[in-house]
Amino acid sequence: MHNHDHQLDEMYRDIILDHYRSPRGRKDVADPTVVNEGMNPSCGDEIEMKVRLKGDTVEELGVHCAGCAISVASGSMLSEIAEGRTISELKVIAAAVKGMLTTGEVPEEIELDELSDIEVLEGVRQFPVRIKCALLAWVTLVEGLERYEKGGSGENASTTEDANPTVIV
Amino acid sequence: MQEAVNQQQVLDSAEIRKDFPILERSVQGKPLVYLDNAATTQKPRSVIDAEAEYYLKHNANVHRGIHTLAEEATEAYECTRDRIASWIGGVAREEVIFTRGTTEAINLVAHSWGGANIGKGDRIVLTQMEHHANLVPWIQLAKKNGAELAYLPIDGEGRLDLSSMDSIITPNTKLVAITQMSNVLGTINPAAEVAARAHSVGAVVLADGAQSAPHMPVDVKVLGVDFFAFSGHKMLGPTGVGALWGRRELLEAMEPWQTGGEMILLVKWDRATWAELPHKFEAGTPNIAGVAAWSKAFDYLDRFGMDAVRSHEVEWTRYTMNRLLGLGFVNIFGPKDVEERGSAISFEVEGVHPHDLAQFLDSRGVAVRAGHHCAQPLTKLLGQTSTTRASGYLYNTTAESDRLAEALLEAKKYFG
Repeated sequence: MHNHDHQLDEMYRDIILDHYRSPRGRKDVADPTVVNEGMNPSCGDEIEMKVRLKGDTVEELGVHCAGCAISVASGSMLSEIAEGRTISELKVIAAAVKGMLTTGEVPEEIELDELSDIEVLEGVRQFPVRIKCALLAWVTLVEGLERYEKGGSGENASTTEDANPTVIV
Repeated sequence: MQEAVNQQQVLDSAEIRKDFPILERSVQGKPLVYLDNAATTQKPRSVIDAEAEYYLKHNANVHRGIHTLAEEATEAYECTRDRIASWIGGVAREEVIFTRGTTEAINLVAHSWGGANIGKGDRIVLTQMEHHANLVPWIQLAKKNGAELAYLPIDGEGRLDLSSMDSIITPNTKLVAITQMSNVLGTINPAAEVAARAHSVGAVVLADGAQSAPHMPVDVKVLGVDFFAFSGHKMLGPTGVGALWGRRELLEAMEPWQTGGEMILLVKWDRATWAELPHKFEAGTPNIAGVAAWSKAFDYLDRFGMDAVRSHEVEWTRYTMNRLLGLGFVNIFGPKDVEERGSAISFEVEGVHPHDLAQFLDSRGVAVRAGHHCAQPLTKLLGQTSTTRASGYLYNTTAESDRLAEALLEAKKYFG
């Protein structure tokens, strides 16, 4: 197999294609606390994320992503690990995913291999223009959660439905 | 195949390819199939050599020095202006303004002509298939001056629907800006028909020729437009050079957009007067090397003539569209009739996202474009977030279309 085919297969691992073909977490969330949309203007990928929090813990999370295999799979994987975790835990994981995709460095306290299939996204690092596809879901989640935190715990202030979408560049 | 034989009679692409050094390279271990010509074209050796030769032998600033190099540089620069003037239908050389490209040419018109002539309550008419370059400058102008925007719609095959043209190009319309050939749909627009209606209400007409000028004969007088903008790099020339043609009386009445050196007549402490056309619109040191080398692109295209280039592309497009449609899982946007379109073929493959598709094709050495192609509203209108586009030129062969089709089949299996 040619080297580039190998690289291609490293990015499009079977697990990723499986998530792409049948995305997890593609559901509607009743009474969401946080709603955020993300987009990747350079390629048109769009993601909508709804989260219902109980305290600072994610009770339910739904992801709808119209995009490439990488962005859909990444959002699908995110949905698999989000529920039951706190806002701060998710922020740490998102930062670790970013580290894995950019510098290749992941904080020691994070064991990505224990987090569902997320580790297989590592192959994307060899394709710099695709890194933001893999990051879109994570950036959208973190920005949505941060807006929620800034807005306090009030019911109205907590929804980001009318806010500007998260734009990844 | 029959198409291949016909194509052979129009242009000998195999022979032409030898003039393009980059086409000899391989990508991902496979011979490059370059099908991103609507974004930018490759350059023949003559253009590359001319740019180098300018710096090796003639480099000097234009229009001022009284020395041999400056005279040579000025001559090379001004020669290209003559070349363009005759190439777009025999206009006066003073009506040809050098710019960085189509985008800058349209911005020049929007700021200088539009800023002074389009006001509150006036209407600017565009089409639904405009590239951002012929869309955003008008959005900004409308916002600044309080004008309104209206759009000529497209039909189901991505052709302009002119049935409602008379109600869209209203008496308060001051400008109609229309692409002559869509970079997404490939559609060749009836610019002359639109221009006639626009002129009947006293509006000025700008044609975006970024895609048309490289691929078909252009005569601005036959088109009947008032401004025509196009780029060098989409027609075998260097990046960073383009041209605006405008009718003399319009250009003369316009204030300069950018000011500074090279564009003045007299400067006092508190005022300045402007140089004659075309220099009034060419402030600062231009891309002299690029302009000089651009003339070699015209020379190259003239070896065959634009009628032959167009015929070659019609056959290549027909073959490629048939090949893609024959796969059974490809949906092509834009006109089905190759006589109504250029060689930019945008398509979708069921179940495969354009970015994954482009990535996979790259692994097979095939370069295509994936995205919104700088036409976000149109992409949405097509019900897509992005599309994949293969676009050909005079050096593309039907064998390359086969490579594209084979790679698409593989991709479909890979992602499907």
